[in-house]
Amino acid sequence: MSPKPGSDSVVLKPLPMRSGRWYSLRLEYDSSRTRSPWWTPVLSVILALLLCAGFIAANGMSPLVVYEKMLRGAFGTSYGFTETMVKAIPLLLCGLGIAVAYRISVWNIGAEGQLTVGAMAATAVTIYFPDLPSFWSIVLMLVFGTAAGALWGLMTAVPRTHFGVNELITSLMLNYVALLALDYVVFGPWKDPKGFNFPGSPVFTAAQSLPVLGSTRLHIGLVFGLVAVLLYYLMIRFTRWGYELRLIGANPTAARYAGIHLKKHIIIVMLISGGLAGIAGMAEVSGVTHKLMQGISPGYGYTAIIVAWLAKLNPLGLIVTSILFGGLIVGGYSVQTIGLPSSISEMLQGAILFFLIAGDMIHRFRIRRSA
Amino acid sequence: MDFTTQLLIAAISAGTPLLLATLGGILTERAGIIQLGAEGLMLMGAVTTCIVYIRSGNLLLALLSAVAITALLGVVHSFLCVTLRANQTMSGLAMTLFGSGLSAYIGKPISGIPLPGTSPKLDLGVVKQVPVIGEIVGRLDVLTWFSLLLVLVLHLLIHHTSWGLHLRAVGDNPATADVMGIRVQLIRYSYVTAGAALIGLAGADMVLAYAPTWNEGLTAGRGWIAVGLVIFARWNPLRALFCAYFFGALDSIGFRIQLLGSAVPPYFLKMIPYVVTILVLMYLGYRNRNKPSGTPESLGTPYIREQRF
Repeated sequence: MSPKPGSDSVVLKPLPMRSGRWYSLRLEYDSSRTRSPWWTPVLSVILALLLCAGFIAANGMSPLVVYEKMLRGAFGTSYGFTETMVKAIPLLLCGLGIAVAYRISVWNIGAEGQLTVGAMAATAVTIYFPDLPSFWSIVLMLVFGTAAGALWGLMTAVPRTHFGVNELITSLMLNYVALLALDYVVFGPWKDPKGFNFPGSPVFTAAQSLPVLGSTRLHIGLVFGLVAVLLYYLMIRFTRWGYELRLIGANPTAARYAGIHLKKHIIIVMLISGGLAGIAGMAEVSGVTHKLMQGISPGYGYTAIIVAWLAKLNPLGLIVTSILFGGLIVGGYSVQTIGLPSSISEMLQGAILFFLIAGDMIHRFRIRRSA
Repeated sequence: MDFTTQLLIAAISAGTPLLLATLGGILTERAGIIQLGAEGLMLMGAVTTCIVYIRSGNLLLALLSAVAITALLGVVHSFLCVTLRANQTMSGLAMTLFGSGLSAYIGKPISGIPLPGTSPKLDLGVVKQVPVIGEIVGRLDVLTWFSLLLVLVLHLLIHHTSWGLHLRAVGDNPATADVMGIRVQLIRYSYVTAGAALIGLAGADMVLAYAPTWNEGLTAGRGWIAVGLVIFARWNPLRALFCAYFFGALDSIGFRIQLLGSAVPPYFLKMIPYVVTILVLMYLGYRNRNKPSGTPESLGTPYIREQRF
């Protein structure tokens, strides 16, 4: 591939062949090949499964049995599949928020905290306005949850834009602050007086719970997620804001020269990112747990990072990857019945991300024979 | 012992893992590679120490394994960032997520089992008799002394030797360093690996001196605080010493206040180190808005020979 004028593609000049050698291979790096092929995510998942198979085997279990158990648990029964979908909802919402931010290289890793404050704000509605009619109660919970998440996102954005603080550190520190605040309310002021001294808010009434599909646990949060995906897709494709976002993502320097206000966009994406995670938190308490308690999220905010990256920040791809990872979480629970810790799914998630970022680059290298 | 002495001892004991991790981060980032995997590396260092120490009963073996395993992860990080030129932020994040998952998985069987011992203390003889200082100094363990020695060694290495000059050149301007005949890739690999091993040692220190059993997610964000401390210390080992002990004090002050019978709920006291990290970084950003922050010039940009700039 010859260097395109104006691009920074690099083709190493072939070195003169050393005499007496029958081979002459070289590794060629081409930075202009930025679109990675479709098979890299698939390959990275397979390689991660192989790596973790090694760890499982080292633990004295058969990896095949474990993986089969996980697959069956997540997708094999209708109960398992609805559970997978239930887990996919917060992953989809958080992952979408993360994708929006990562598109312009704002590394928000605070979805966990944003989800937590969203859940807390929604619970605050049930505690301070207990007797609202069903519709208004849900709407108010949704508004409060979104606003709290967005505010938490703003607390990450402003240090970055106005004080130059790395958003990775801020967003992660705020995760711990949010989780401690959650501990405080469930052990303290919001503790259910009839809860036998267990930490947790009172159970929500039917008016404060999201509608579910039939007798399953699948709640209307799925619709929130799908609507958000659709809105995001349309806005990225057809609005000026979406165009500016794509431009910043493609070439920040060019975007700056074109007069695009980067700080404004960082604040907007963090508001959206936090807001979506806040909705996920609201949907989680109102649709699944029906009360605020510790551990409402088994690390959705972190898993969502991998979900977004695996989908290559593509909103439609996110639907697929969030179901896949929902299945991974459910599968992780189902191996507990054969005596393995559920952290097996966390280990798999981390390994997938490792191979994924390597896979993003590996196709840029080619082995060539020198002339 | 009065409150201040107790606090000082607690600050040093909580600050030592932070110091080791910060020094590891400084080494990595001085070579121009972002190190965001500190949390995962600390967890891996901690869990390896626990497993080997409980199984073998040999402390030295446990520390060496922790260093070896995290150094291996450091090689993986360098391979991704230096050879493959992958996204350094994502690579660090992957390290953190993988490290916390893997450590939780392999640490499950030994979770909650107390370690056979803590790290040994140096017998200083006469010094122990000195009133206040003796009380503090007498309680320092081997790893604390090692970290103090390391601060001095790294300060001299980075600022007063030709190796340090090479390191800084690679971190600031790899193209020039390359032209001068410095092996950029080799230096980056070495320092990223050494830095990762130090962060692993920080994790080991955490279980040995601070929390004598393994628990899932035991570091509770201290790896990330260390990432912040690298910036706070402006990539300088001597400053790192003060920053780490300052945060060590913050980390333990909440617990001390609680012991004094304060009415503030403990959850808010536990928030102190996290909130202060953000505030301090904001203050530094504000103060240094028109000044160089000390960031290695080419931090985060992979070096490609023959790339035109």
